[in-house]
Amino acid sequence: MRYVDEYRDGAAAQRLADRIRAITTRRWNVMEICGGQTHTIVKSGIDSLLPSEITLIHGPGCPVCVTPLEMIDKALAIASRPDVIFTSFGDMLRVPGSSKDLLSVKAQGGDVRMVYSPLDAVKIAQRNPERKVVFFAVGFETTAPANAMSVWQAKKLGLKNFSILCSHVLVPPAIEALLSSPSTMVQAFLAAGHVCTVMGYEEYIPISAKYKVPIVVTGFEPIDILQGVYLAVKQLEEKRYEVENQYSRSVRREGNRAAQQLIHQVFEITDRKWRGIGEIPMSGYRLRQEFSDFDAELLFEVANIQAEESPLCIAGTVLQGLKKPHECPVFGKECNPEHPLGAPMVSSEGACAAYFHYAPIRTRQEA
Amino acid sequence: MTENSKNVEDNLGSGIACPLPLTDYKNVLLAHGGGGKLTHQLIHKIFLSQFQNKWLDSLHDGAILPMNGVRLAFTTDSYVIDPIFFPGGDIGQLAVNGTVNDLAMCGAKPLYLSAAFVIEEGLAMEELWRVVVSMQAAAKEAGVFLVTGDTKVVDRGKGDKLFINTSGIGVVAEKVNIDPKRAVVGDQIIVNGPIALHGIAIMSVREGIQFGTKIESDTAPLNGLVHRMLEVCSDIHVLRDPTRGGVASSLNEIAESANKGIMIVEDVIPIDEEVRGACEILGLDPLYVANEGKLLAFVPAEKAQAVLAAMRAHPQGKESVIIGEVVDDHRGKVLMRSRIGGSRVVDMLWGEQLPRIC
Repeated sequence: MRYVDEYRDGAAAQRLADRIRAITTRRWNVMEICGGQTHTIVKSGIDSLLPSEITLIHGPGCPVCVTPLEMIDKALAIASRPDVIFTSFGDMLRVPGSSKDLLSVKAQGGDVRMVYSPLDAVKIAQRNPERKVVFFAVGFETTAPANAMSVWQAKKLGLKNFSILCSHVLVPPAIEALLSSPSTMVQAFLAAGHVCTVMGYEEYIPISAKYKVPIVVTGFEPIDILQGVYLAVKQLEEKRYEVENQYSRSVRREGNRAAQQLIHQVFEITDRKWRGIGEIPMSGYRLRQEFSDFDAELLFEVANIQAEESPLCIAGTVLQGLKKPHECPVFGKECNPEHPLGAPMVSSEGACAAYFHYAPIRTRQEA
Repeated sequence: MTENSKNVEDNLGSGIACPLPLTDYKNVLLAHGGGGKLTHQLIHKIFLSQFQNKWLDSLHDGAILPMNGVRLAFTTDSYVIDPIFFPGGDIGQLAVNGTVNDLAMCGAKPLYLSAAFVIEEGLAMEELWRVVVSMQAAAKEAGVFLVTGDTKVVDRGKGDKLFINTSGIGVVAEKVNIDPKRAVVGDQIIVNGPIALHGIAIMSVREGIQFGTKIESDTAPLNGLVHRMLEVCSDIHVLRDPTRGGVASSLNEIAESANKGIMIVEDVIPIDEEVRGACEILGLDPLYVANEGKLLAFVPAEKAQAVLAAMRAHPQGKESVIIGEVVDDHRGKVLMRSRIGGSRVVDMLWGEQLPRIC
């Protein structure tokens, strides 16, 4: 497949791994922010190519994992209504709320549909004028333009039966929250290429300067990630800290202005709660006042739903690299891929799930 | 420090508490039929706990029943596909080929099939006719006879156009002993051509995700191919058709049954360009996508090249290739050497494969 295979070439990967090994003189912790990057790392076994001095810490950039529990509960309450068609990206359907998930609501008779684009949800609303169509608008800056477009288009079409349940989050405030914790182990970041394709990387420059931390805007293919790690390690070894752009085939410094404009027409910045982390100031989007007719939280009066999270899991310390997954007291016992207690155990890309699967093999090799 | 950032810091220190998936469901979910771990749970907790007997317990594609010196293979399957006509086939063809293949995966020569129809009131007679004609053509191609059947019609809205169940019996030749438990270290794993065609063909015509493609289902009878393979090597250890749940689920089931490790090589697994492209766009892993005309064969190393050559000479096996082997490591698990030289665990699917946001 052209434009993809070039970035998955085995020989090129090996050369990059060798170059990383050649410049590495001590231990470094590099965090990849985005769940998509974590997915590539685990899927291609990039960890196993890197020198043992380099630890990749899997960051909180998975929209599925950071959507707060009460937002899931709100989605469940809305989706259970007989007058509603609830639409969502596929992987949100299995995320459990306090008592069940969206797939269970579907099994109990709710009209829950998976869509690939929020614009498909708008089409469903046009075709079903007697039903109320709600789209679960989650994600980082990457999905924000399409989600904004759905609301903008629904308004233009004069649709009265379309709304979104909005739980958008933003990357830079999360990086700042991680860095401002005095115990953080993260020494460099791979920023998420797709987020920066939309937003550019100007907002990362002051963060890099303030916390003296290298930030490399990185793509999603194996070669991208190895190059990103190389650039980050090179900065660390040379005691530099700046924002570099590995993903220049997609990312421009200023980003995509048209997409940003659309986002700012429809959304405004707000404080946002992150699942398990808590509220991070100015870290999310909500609908602007003039689009409040499309706000499912208001329309279905679910704004007051509250929920309590499980206190057992130590994923926060794992995400900062302070502890390895198997050092957690509930790892592999109360918490396993079928009964996850924390985000990193939920999907096969998570740090804890990866350890759960690989641990017996690694242990045997070490023995 | 503000109250908020204090909270954030405390939580980062003490842990991100996150989704708590529910495995003990009050209702049956679609994922219980997805071929992954929930299906596994349903079978073990609900069905096996009641039906347990020595023939069922092998959990093969069919039961092997010794009778007067002959070993009969017996299997059944229901077909509930939407839409009933799809690129490359239809529900009728699938219902015949699927059961023929289940028998073939027992190493049996398929002989006789039953067919039971659950028809939704209002189905166009012309559509039913096309399905039945297609079933007869498939039976003829596979060399089997549809010898008994049943028809039920349900109220409009109480079925999805047409459900078909087929059961089949066949005879296992002497010396042949196909069993997932027989996989041994060194066995070479062969697949008979490009994977993930059926699942992607179906997905390409489902509501909501239509995309222009020429991808067709691979539905085909495999008994002719298996017959040829067994002629070359009657000691083939394991045969499995990786239908729902795909190649990854089948390999995991075999690794678990045999308590052996499996290592496959990403680079050599045959996947058509268009299927790869569709999987990239949809965020799906082709290893978990359904096939309807593919088999996985575990062949003793010294016979692997001969079997491979015979397969390549057969119309259903022209693109056969060795994708991996059984190893004396990571027992019960499947590992894959990635294109860039790393390795990863290929796990069993937990529920339905859902496209990812990111």
